[in-house]
Amino acid sequence: MNIENSSVIPDLDFDSPSARRGRKFRAIKDKMATVGIGLGGVSVIVAILLIFFYLLYEVIPMFRSAEVQPWEQNGQVVEPYAVPGAGNTLYMAMEEQAEIGLRVTDLGEMLFFSTTSGEVIKSIQAALPGETTISSFALASENSHTFALGLSNGQALVFKHEYKSTYPDGVRVILPTITYPLGDQPIDVASTALEHLTISGNEGSYALIGGNQGNLKAVFISQTENLFTGEVELEQSTTALPDLGIKIKKMLVMPDFTWLFVAGQNGKMAVVNMRDHNDPVITQVLNASSSKITTFDLLLGGNAILLGNEKGEVSQWFLVRDEQGAWQMTKIRSFETGNSAIVDLAIEHRRKGFATIDAAGDLRLYNTTANVNVLVQKVAQANASMITMGPRANATLIEEDGKLTLLHIDNEHPEVSWSSLWGQVWYEGYEEPEYVWQSSAANNDFEPKFSLMPLAFGTLKAAFYAMILATPLAICGAIYTAYFMAPSLRRKVKPFIELMEALPTVILGFLAGLWLAPFMEENLPGIFVTLLLIPLSVLAFSFGWAQMPKQVRWLVPEGWDAILLIPVIALATWFSIAISPSLELVLFDGNMRHWLTNDLGIAYDQRNAMVIGIAMGFAVIPTIFSITEDAIFAVPKHLSYGSLALGATPWQTLTRVVMPTASPGIFSAVMIGMGRAVGETMIVLMATGNTPIMDANIFEGMRTLAANIAVEMPESEVGSTHYRILFLAAFVLFMFTFAVNTLAEVIRQRLRNKYGSL
Amino acid sequence: MNISVKEWFKSGSPWVWMNAGAVAISLIMVVGLLGLIAVRGLSHFWPADVVQGVYTLDGQPRTLAGEIVESNEVLTKQLIEAGMKLPEENEFSTRHLLKIGNRDVYGSDFAWALEHYFTEQHRPEMLLVAERREWGNLYGYLRSIKESGTEVARYDGNDKSAQYLALWDNLQQRIQRALEIHEDILEIEKHEIGTINYELERLRLKERGLQLKEVKEQSLYDAITQRRKELDADYEGLQQRLIDLYSEINRDSMTVEVAGGKIVDVQLAKLVRIFRPNDMNVGQKIVHYFAKLWEFVSDDPREANTEGGIFPAIFGTVMMVLLMSLLVTPFGVIAAVYLREYAKQGFVTRLIRIAVNNLAGVPSIVYGVFGLGFFVYFLGGNIDDLFFAAAKPSPTFGTPGLLWASLTLALLTVPVVIVATEEGLSRIPRAVREGSLALGATKFETLMKVVLPMASPAMMTGVILAIARAAGEVAPLMLVGVVKLAPSLPLDGNYPFIHLDQKFMHLGFHIYDVGFQSPNVEAARPLVYATALLLVLVIALLNMSAIAIRNHLREKYKALEM
Repeated sequence: MNIENSSVIPDLDFDSPSARRGRKFRAIKDKMATVGIGLGGVSVIVAILLIFFYLLYEVIPMFRSAEVQPWEQNGQVVEPYAVPGAGNTLYMAMEEQAEIGLRVTDLGEMLFFSTTSGEVIKSIQAALPGETTISSFALASENSHTFALGLSNGQALVFKHEYKSTYPDGVRVILPTITYPLGDQPIDVASTALEHLTISGNEGSYALIGGNQGNLKAVFISQTENLFTGEVELEQSTTALPDLGIKIKKMLVMPDFTWLFVAGQNGKMAVVNMRDHNDPVITQVLNASSSKITTFDLLLGGNAILLGNEKGEVSQWFLVRDEQGAWQMTKIRSFETGNSAIVDLAIEHRRKGFATIDAAGDLRLYNTTANVNVLVQKVAQANASMITMGPRANATLIEEDGKLTLLHIDNEHPEVSWSSLWGQVWYEGYEEPEYVWQSSAANNDFEPKFSLMPLAFGTLKAAFYAMILATPLAICGAIYTAYFMAPSLRRKVKPFIELMEALPTVILGFLAGLWLAPFMEENLPGIFVTLLLIPLSVLAFSFGWAQMPKQVRWLVPEGWDAILLIPVIALATWFSIAISPSLELVLFDGNMRHWLTNDLGIAYDQRNAMVIGIAMGFAVIPTIFSITEDAIFAVPKHLSYGSLALGATPWQTLTRVVMPTASPGIFSAVMIGMGRAVGETMIVLMATGNTPIMDANIFEGMRTLAANIAVEMPESEVGSTHYRILFLAAFVLFMFTFAVNTLAEVIRQRLRNKYGSL
Repeated sequence: MNISVKEWFKSGSPWVWMNAGAVAISLIMVVGLLGLIAVRGLSHFWPADVVQGVYTLDGQPRTLAGEIVESNEVLTKQLIEAGMKLPEENEFSTRHLLKIGNRDVYGSDFAWALEHYFTEQHRPEMLLVAERREWGNLYGYLRSIKESGTEVARYDGNDKSAQYLALWDNLQQRIQRALEIHEDILEIEKHEIGTINYELERLRLKERGLQLKEVKEQSLYDAITQRRKELDADYEGLQQRLIDLYSEINRDSMTVEVAGGKIVDVQLAKLVRIFRPNDMNVGQKIVHYFAKLWEFVSDDPREANTEGGIFPAIFGTVMMVLLMSLLVTPFGVIAAVYLREYAKQGFVTRLIRIAVNNLAGVPSIVYGVFGLGFFVYFLGGNIDDLFFAAAKPSPTFGTPGLLWASLTLALLTVPVVIVATEEGLSRIPRAVREGSLALGATKFETLMKVVLPMASPAMMTGVILAIARAAGEVAPLMLVGVVKLAPSLPLDGNYPFIHLDQKFMHLGFHIYDVGFQSPNVEAARPLVYATALLLVLVIALLNMSAIAIRNHLREKYKALEM
């Protein structure tokens, strides 16, 4: 054939306008794709990283300190204004919205005023009988809104301030009123002037204790409604109190009337047991303060006392049961303060917190549980005389030199501090400082206990028991699979075990909780026998196998030993379980659980750490197995061939040559397995009792961080401290697993590079 | 002896055997677990024989009839200590757990019976099992059939006579009729009335929206009122039809004598099916088995999820997973393409790669927390403020739902897709790319026409693995949208047909909920096993297909690398 070499250019124009347009279009398309993919890729990566920042964004507000600013009304700063009404202030309070304030004066006037302007909205004069004057004041508690005025004739009047919101024309109008929970007639308390008075109680039963030095009377009042007439009848009983022997400064009675606490003027405190209403007993008189006591108040809930003194110290006290079972007034903690005398102390209405104002004019905000001083700010000159908090703890009123200042407080999360999250805290009603997680309760004056320690401990405990089972099984299994197993078998075994990694953990959890836990409880001795019997039977069988004649041994090709062992192990397990009841009968008198609890004193839960160990161990075996197997298999063959050629046995080669080379890979496998065990939720949620205890006992349950989130997150209020602490728990989990996995990943990459050079 | 103990230890072979033992244990655990789930899950649908006998405890004979669910051995001594009188020569005594049903009569479905006291055991052919919509199974003997309260047929014996069989056939026909009416009622209640309610709600929202926008045009309001009137009228009509159907369905009833002699009156409307397990041959049992299996996968749950089917859970899982894969595939692939093909390879890309890799190991509950905080409360809350102000204060998207669950899981699984796709991209030989570029293709054209098609099996693998992971994940879903019982499916005939804001049911959560939160765990347990089996099968299938695709892919490129 003749191929003509023609130089004629085919009639194709690559530079026609349409071709040029086409090229241009393609170039633009390419550019756009580059930009698009770049944008898309970066945004996906950013979205992933968003998790980290979002968690942080939710956590950070908890650690922001509080702020105080002048109150702003319609963009205008509220300037200090003159105290409404005459006389000296005995008590001040605000209603829910902090729009209306109440001032009670020593002239018996109760003034409701606008907190922003001082304008009087309503004024009520207490009906003082005859020529009497007001000699004392007592507050039941901020929440109860109930207070009493003690009179110079030994009588007392009890009031309650209440507010009603109405919406005429869609605008909220708050109507303040004063009611008389015990009727508008004065109540006889003592025969002398009531120089000191305290009141406690609510809805139907009240206690009033008052009198003067050395002549104190306690009056217990119960209200009963007459079924026929509907009239309220009061039933009173009066008891004389023994002489306390101290100069009384202030008295406080607990809401259930069982204890009376009396502060002396010289720093002494007396504790009176009033459990028997007819026979009050002084149990303690102690030196509570090194200088004159200036403030003495009950914290929210009425179980703890806050004591401030002239030196500026503030301490918290409550009753603690000692070894003999007697109640002792104990100083729980003192707060970080300044050096100026505490002038007044205001209790928060919803949280275990309070505010103080001192002689230097410094406002301080505290939380008792967290033992933190969240704010110090100078808000007054040296003459501040009174402070009060709004019910939502978002406002405070300070009286100084006949002027009132309204301040806005921004203090969202005072309950959180390093010590309240991770340290031992002495909670109210506890005998000693403890780690406790208890985030919510039915009552309002509950002290939330946000110690993450029990949860972190539970997480590590669960992970630990899981790793105890999983690590040896997975690593040994991987060694055998990678190094000794016949390749044809390996190709089947590996994907099979890896398939288990995808098994939903909810199924494992369900089986662990509903099948394994009762099964283990029933066959407890059998489970322990299994642990012993399986290795023994494997050894016995393999030794026996070694004694077999070659003809028999050669029937099974090399690397198929694991298959031979399956019936052996199955048999050993079955045997252990089968003899379990008989063993239980012989050794433990028929009930091992009973024996554990009664003879050894070990608590036993059905859903315990051992169940978790097995179930979660099961979940992490494939992870560790797969990575370890890869690491061992990736060790270059010439290394082991060299060792074998030098006369080492396969086992020696494995332990001295292969394993050291693969050890970083194995380490990273264990790390990744650990990460998985720490973050696992469903298994722990379903197969433990979810009680947040701190006990390493294998027969007891735990609550992990992850399970805690799953249990409590749906019910927690958005933006609350509890909600943010759960985010913190998630953040801790995130950081922990992320750090562990990164470490493992870096080690693995190093390893890969090392093999590359070999 | 072939070899002495000392030599044997020196050779190291015991350690090798121990390692082999570890593999064997792992394999036994895996097989045992799958076997346990399979056996317990599959046996649930088999019509078990019903045993009847006389149980004499403390001298008081009581007739018991039920399926033996479980038997175990108990120490005789313990039982004697507990106050039972038993001969002491046997160390162990057999105890059966009987499913006696008739919860409305006896108070509980299950009873323990000691073999020793359980005499005259036999399997009466005429003992019937009735599956009811409420109160669980009924076991007993058919006595009579009533129509509108008057008896139409009766039989008092216990043997298989022609008369009894005629009665039985009569009953079956009547049950068939009741079932058909029941279907009609369901259709009206669920679909027709459901549609009307849905439209009424939309009208309400529309009206509220107009009010919020302060639209004054009266005609718009009138149109809404007009339409509402029409719907109310339709509703009245349907209501009337329902009343008729209910009186129809409540026409028949039967009386059954339960063990113990009590006669129970049962409305046929309350029955799902009746059968006599002791009188069925293997063929009939197999038919029954598959009927039950079909009911399980295609029906709605009954009795607080402890009976009936799990169709809504299957549907919810599939919907959620589909939505998730729609979201995760493009984003995962784009991110992988960017990382591998476009981004400058250096320290930062390596860092990002490690980070992405590790995100796959971050606990799923963390994603759940993120989803709840960011998607539901933050995004959802803002969407509600912007677009669904009319529905406020009840949230539309500001509450856990299908969309947020899918998004959360997409985020959870996107690292899986990225890693798999990247691996696929890295396997494509350089020469292929360079060839394409040399022929004048742009980078994008090379990507679309050469690289991505070649990497598609890897992407498939990634997506399948992502789906397998998403299908089994429960912890995050508990926070972002799963409920124990959803009133309707997220896909239906009401505009806009797919309801992304709705909560849904999920197989994994179903297992958790029924297994742990259900009031009657014992009765629900077999169903949970069956659900677990279904979930395992789906996930194993997905994973195996991913493995198969991966192997196929490796084979394919082995040839290319030559």
